[in-house]
Amino acid sequence: MRKIFNETLLKIAEKDERIHMVLADIGYGEIEGFARRFPDRYYNCGVMEQNMTGVACGIAMEGNIAITYSIANFPTLRCLEQIRNDVCYHNANVKIVIIGGGVSYGPLGISHHSTEDIAILRALPNLLVVAPCDPQEAEAATYAMIEHDGPVYYRCGYKGEKDIHHRPFHFELGKAITVEDGDDCTIIFAGPIGLEAQKAVEAVCEQGIHCRLISMHTIKPIDKDAILRAARETGRIITVEEHNLSGGLGSAVAEVLADEGCLNIRFKRMALPDVNVHEVGSQQWLRELYHLGAADIAEEIRKICK
Amino acid sequence: MYEQYHELATKVRAHCCRMVHLGKSGHIGSMLSAADIMAVLYSGVLNVDPQQPRKEDRDRFILSKGHAGAVVYATLAEKGFFPREWLDTYYQDDGKLMGHISHYVPGVEFSTGSLGHGLPVAVGMALDARHRGRTHRVFCMLSDGDMNEGSTWEAIMFAGQHHLDSLVCILDYNRIQALGFSKDILDLGDVSSRVAPFGWACRTVDGHDYGQLEEAFAQLPYERNMPTMIVANTIKGKGVSFFENMVHSHYWHVTKEELQKAYEELGVEA
Repeated sequence: MRKIFNETLLKIAEKDERIHMVLADIGYGEIEGFARRFPDRYYNCGVMEQNMTGVACGIAMEGNIAITYSIANFPTLRCLEQIRNDVCYHNANVKIVIIGGGVSYGPLGISHHSTEDIAILRALPNLLVVAPCDPQEAEAATYAMIEHDGPVYYRCGYKGEKDIHHRPFHFELGKAITVEDGDDCTIIFAGPIGLEAQKAVEAVCEQGIHCRLISMHTIKPIDKDAILRAARETGRIITVEEHNLSGGLGSAVAEVLADEGCLNIRFKRMALPDVNVHEVGSQQWLRELYHLGAADIAEEIRKICK
Repeated sequence: MYEQYHELATKVRAHCCRMVHLGKSGHIGSMLSAADIMAVLYSGVLNVDPQQPRKEDRDRFILSKGHAGAVVYATLAEKGFFPREWLDTYYQDDGKLMGHISHYVPGVEFSTGSLGHGLPVAVGMALDARHRGRTHRVFCMLSDGDMNEGSTWEAIMFAGQHHLDSLVCILDYNRIQALGFSKDILDLGDVSSRVAPFGWACRTVDGHDYGQLEEAFAQLPYERNMPTMIVANTIKGKGVSFFENMVHSHYWHVTKEELQKAYEELGVEA
């Protein structure tokens, strides 16, 4: 996904000279294309995320679009106050891009896991929170993010993510995409973990359970209509995310349901437990360890549909 | 010879004392230490226009020590950016002016309040100016506390690396921060000798000497391809004897009696 993001950004930057990249010495093997093509719009700050974000904000305040880009929590939590006070308060046109949402960088350990970012960043006014699920969404979300006039948090995967979408789709920030339709239960996911949900939906389909599968690529602003429609039409909702249970996609969906008085449905949040992940292993191994694999999701679907 | 500066700085000091009194707020010492610098900056150094506060070729001024926002508000009001009456709404319910400096106020470039935020943003603005071939300058005023923040030093390193000679930092070096004298908390000592190795042209001035300030601003930049650091030695609370060099002037508000005494010392009528 990071490859498609960088390729897409490069394409857009060919036509839009407002785009500047401001880095903190991360992006080896991916950002060189931009750096070579637009050396006067490319800044590697060195390993300083607070300055990176402040500089990006200053550049954006002058009518540009500034992209900050780094791994996992580096361009978010390390410089959270710069995002809040500088970028969001001034509604500066800064796009904060992370590579490695969730536990993409599995064996690198907790410093390189981004598992509380959605909760923290969706609390910031003016900031959109976007988590594309596959290369196609990553490309579409890049165009949409640049089109949007204001700050955006873009939670990218890492590499080698498989396509979840196999049909053409319309991408619009704030509008969920129905990947599969069904009326027994709805699975709402955000990000590449959606592939596990998709496998689960296919597995239970063979047993006669027809699930609606929704990619909630924009977690803020969240698509309330899609959630309420799913509640009304399927009566069962499971959320799936590669993120701490607290405050992420599941919480955002639950907030909508509670606010709208939609409390008479069956509801389950599947997420990482509220722990510091210290086990060593790949993204897939960690997903399964924490019961976020396709088999776990299928089991939850079967339970909720009983 | 420098009467215009003295006159403006005195008005600004009086406004600040009254605003802090009415608002029962703090930071009077931080405001008074910067008043003379502000008076010189806004009397012809900065290319700004109260009729067009966002004009494209304006010099950018960012106050990184956002807690002293009232000194900027008072200067801007005196220069006609907004009505003087707004000043008395500082810190008040439904007021026009919040405690820490806000870009919602005409003439204010950027909001700050948490230290260490101003300089990186100023650096970004200076980078853009160079990228577009624009000739305006970007000024940023820092405090002792700002110099504690790692983000300030990140920006110092980065600006030197990129030879940003349109960037001008002014350190309002009053040597007091929130809980005490800076030398007892984090001794910055000779700031120039610490900043210069990162590729900055540095000069030390008396931040209350109008002649030195005028000359320091007139000679910018000191070196081509180097950002400037003007270390302005100042006195916290300058101009009001019972606040001068007092640690408590960071938090203490101005009582009614103190306001009257301050007016007397400043030679202004209530």
